[in-house]
Amino acid sequence: MSFGWANEYEPKSELGRWFDQRLPLPRLVYGSLGGGYPVPRNLNYFWNFGVLSGLMLMVQIITGIVLAMHYFATADGAFNSVEAIMRDVNAGWMLRYAHANGASFFFIAVYIHIFRGLYFGSYKAPRELIWMLGLVIYLLMMATAFMGYVLPWGQMSYWGAQVITGFFSAFPIVGEPLRIFLLGGYAPDQAALNRFFSLHYLLPFVIAGVVILHIWSLHIPGSGNPTGVDVKTEQDTLPFHPFYTAKDGFGVGVFLILYALVLFFAPDYFGHADNYIPANPLATPAHIVPEWYFWPFYAILRAFTSDLSIPFTSIVIMPAKLLGVLAMFASILLLFFLPWLDKSPVRSGNYRPIFKRFFWLLVADVIVLGYCGGAPATPFYVMLGQVCAAYYFLHFLVILPIIAKVERPLPLPSSISASVLHGEAQESAPYGLATTASLTTAAAE
Amino acid sequence: MTRFLASIVGLFFAALLMLAFFVNLSGYISDPPAPTAESKYREEPKELHLASNGPFGRFDRQQLQRGFQVYKEVCSACHSMKLVAFRDLRQIGYTDAEVKAIANQWSTEVPSINPETGEPATRKALPADHFPSPYANETAARAANNNALPPDFSLITKAREGGAPYVYSLVTGYATQPAELLKQFPDSKTPKGLYYNPYFANLNIGMPPPLVADGQVTYADGTKPTKEQMAKDVAAFLVWTAEPKLETRHAVGITVMIFLIIATVLAYMSYQSIWAEAKRKVAPIGVLDPENMAKSAQARVEGGIAGGPEPRTMH
Repeated sequence: MSFGWANEYEPKSELGRWFDQRLPLPRLVYGSLGGGYPVPRNLNYFWNFGVLSGLMLMVQIITGIVLAMHYFATADGAFNSVEAIMRDVNAGWMLRYAHANGASFFFIAVYIHIFRGLYFGSYKAPRELIWMLGLVIYLLMMATAFMGYVLPWGQMSYWGAQVITGFFSAFPIVGEPLRIFLLGGYAPDQAALNRFFSLHYLLPFVIAGVVILHIWSLHIPGSGNPTGVDVKTEQDTLPFHPFYTAKDGFGVGVFLILYALVLFFAPDYFGHADNYIPANPLATPAHIVPEWYFWPFYAILRAFTSDLSIPFTSIVIMPAKLLGVLAMFASILLLFFLPWLDKSPVRSGNYRPIFKRFFWLLVADVIVLGYCGGAPATPFYVMLGQVCAAYYFLHFLVILPIIAKVERPLPLPSSISASVLHGEAQESAPYGLATTASLTTAAAE
Repeated sequence: MTRFLASIVGLFFAALLMLAFFVNLSGYISDPPAPTAESKYREEPKELHLASNGPFGRFDRQQLQRGFQVYKEVCSACHSMKLVAFRDLRQIGYTDAEVKAIANQWSTEVPSINPETGEPATRKALPADHFPSPYANETAARAANNNALPPDFSLITKAREGGAPYVYSLVTGYATQPAELLKQFPDSKTPKGLYYNPYFANLNIGMPPPLVADGQVTYADGTKPTKEQMAKDVAAFLVWTAEPKLETRHAVGITVMIFLIIATVLAYMSYQSIWAEAKRKVAPIGVLDPENMAKSAQARVEGGIAGGPEPRTMH
């Protein structure tokens, strides 16, 4: 990309010049993560989570490669090989806990990154493709995480695989053959475990590839910022290095502290006790739940309890299970259409008073939905999940398009620098109570 | 068009969900879920303080040895311990000679073959062996236990919600079935061959009370072997079998935390010092006023003066 004032890469040594003429790799790094990438000066801490997600991807790949050296993908040996890693491999317990909790922290970083994008309108023109590539990464992450959870071959691994692959059997005619084809058998067994291991090893590298596209497409328009106002002058930007490398360094430190707290002092906090019982096809656990990062979607799946039938007859058009599976897929796929659903020209939620309220309602809704997904399927949690799932669909598919039409946004700052000048103290505020006040003064001047 | 189709889809899903919600709600109101014996009489595990709890926790080796003694003399009659080897007992303070003796005198022998005939046989355990299982296979275990399968104990404190406190509560929690329970739920009488235990998921457990009297085990270190004490000790021992690297984990964790906190403070200081320069750079006056800069840049462009932006002041 670039702005006129972006620094050109200038090799400092003769060798550097020689190398740069033949393979401009240092130039690429300098232009994408170094002093050659001008970034809006007003990014707040929510902009740290892209780098943090990338960091967790690397942590997962590195710990995963070493774990794969000690793991046996056999139905008889998988559980015991994981326990051998915990007991007999040098620092194996640390690798395994780092990998298992790394998945959770990867999702924590990515969820904050996604909600950052939702609030600050990062999906809007000209950044639609960045958003969609991000969603592709997210889908790949979900597939990878699911298959990874199957590998220890504990009770929850086995029954999770059983339930998730069972989604496919909801589709009429092709469903059951498709499920058997995917599993390589009628139930999860050696064939399924082997292919899950193979794909679990492959997909992270596919993710890494899509991450490159994600960052590449980011560097065409450049990073967004909390005001949502485009970069206009050099004054609006700072070079990525040293300014944002320094800020990310601090963010990485805080994030790693939280990660290490869980890894070393509560390593089984995100896990399920049942997964320390070896897989047993003859004993179903009392309640089967996926990992926490799938809970909102699991709640949507379970929320569909009534068949769609022609009223006053017993003709079923769509059984509840199929509706649940379709709704679950739809709940993620609808995010691909977000740039065309929310047509408000104002990007940042800071200047959108109505949008802002509904955004926080959505955050609360997804958290409650997640809680319902993790709780046992008692009537109360199913009903709560139904209300929350209905709001989820209404929010994206009905409410957002309407807000974009009827809302009167607050006046935008004339430039990023102007917003920094009039509200230096709010530079890091996640949402703009104070910004609104400072804008009124700005407007008055 | 996108938005029109989207709103159709959104309203479709929302309408179905609300319909299902009202169906469930009317069912809930007309026929509220009745309480079950489990929901009313199930108890949360009692509190249990172990030396290994908390971020600085370390194992109390005396207690682990006592717990091992309880496992050896009581639990191991039915419960296997497949993931732990005799050699691992050195970690809880036994000497090489003691480990050898424990393996050699273990009540069950290790399956083997007769070196001359190749027939199946057994031999005495060695320190390198894992604890031999009391039953040859699952069928034998079920046959001997009224069709209940005694679970393997290697990971039991991690494989049950509630962990060590659950094990401790379960072992000490046997009671006679309360009379009110039978009055409220006449169908829930503990079946023959099962035992009432309010800490067990469905209140009736197949395991007979394992610790029946004080003094069931004679402790080598002179601790009084009350039922409470034996239950605590065996729970502590099972924490170790499930997580033998717990002490290392805590020690490494403390070191990592100290390192990360120092590194993060340094990172914060360098972040602040680097950004102090950036903040100074935006001064709201004179030529540095961004609006003035924007105007002058615009003027230069309009005037056709090449040279682009102003020279940078800092790097």
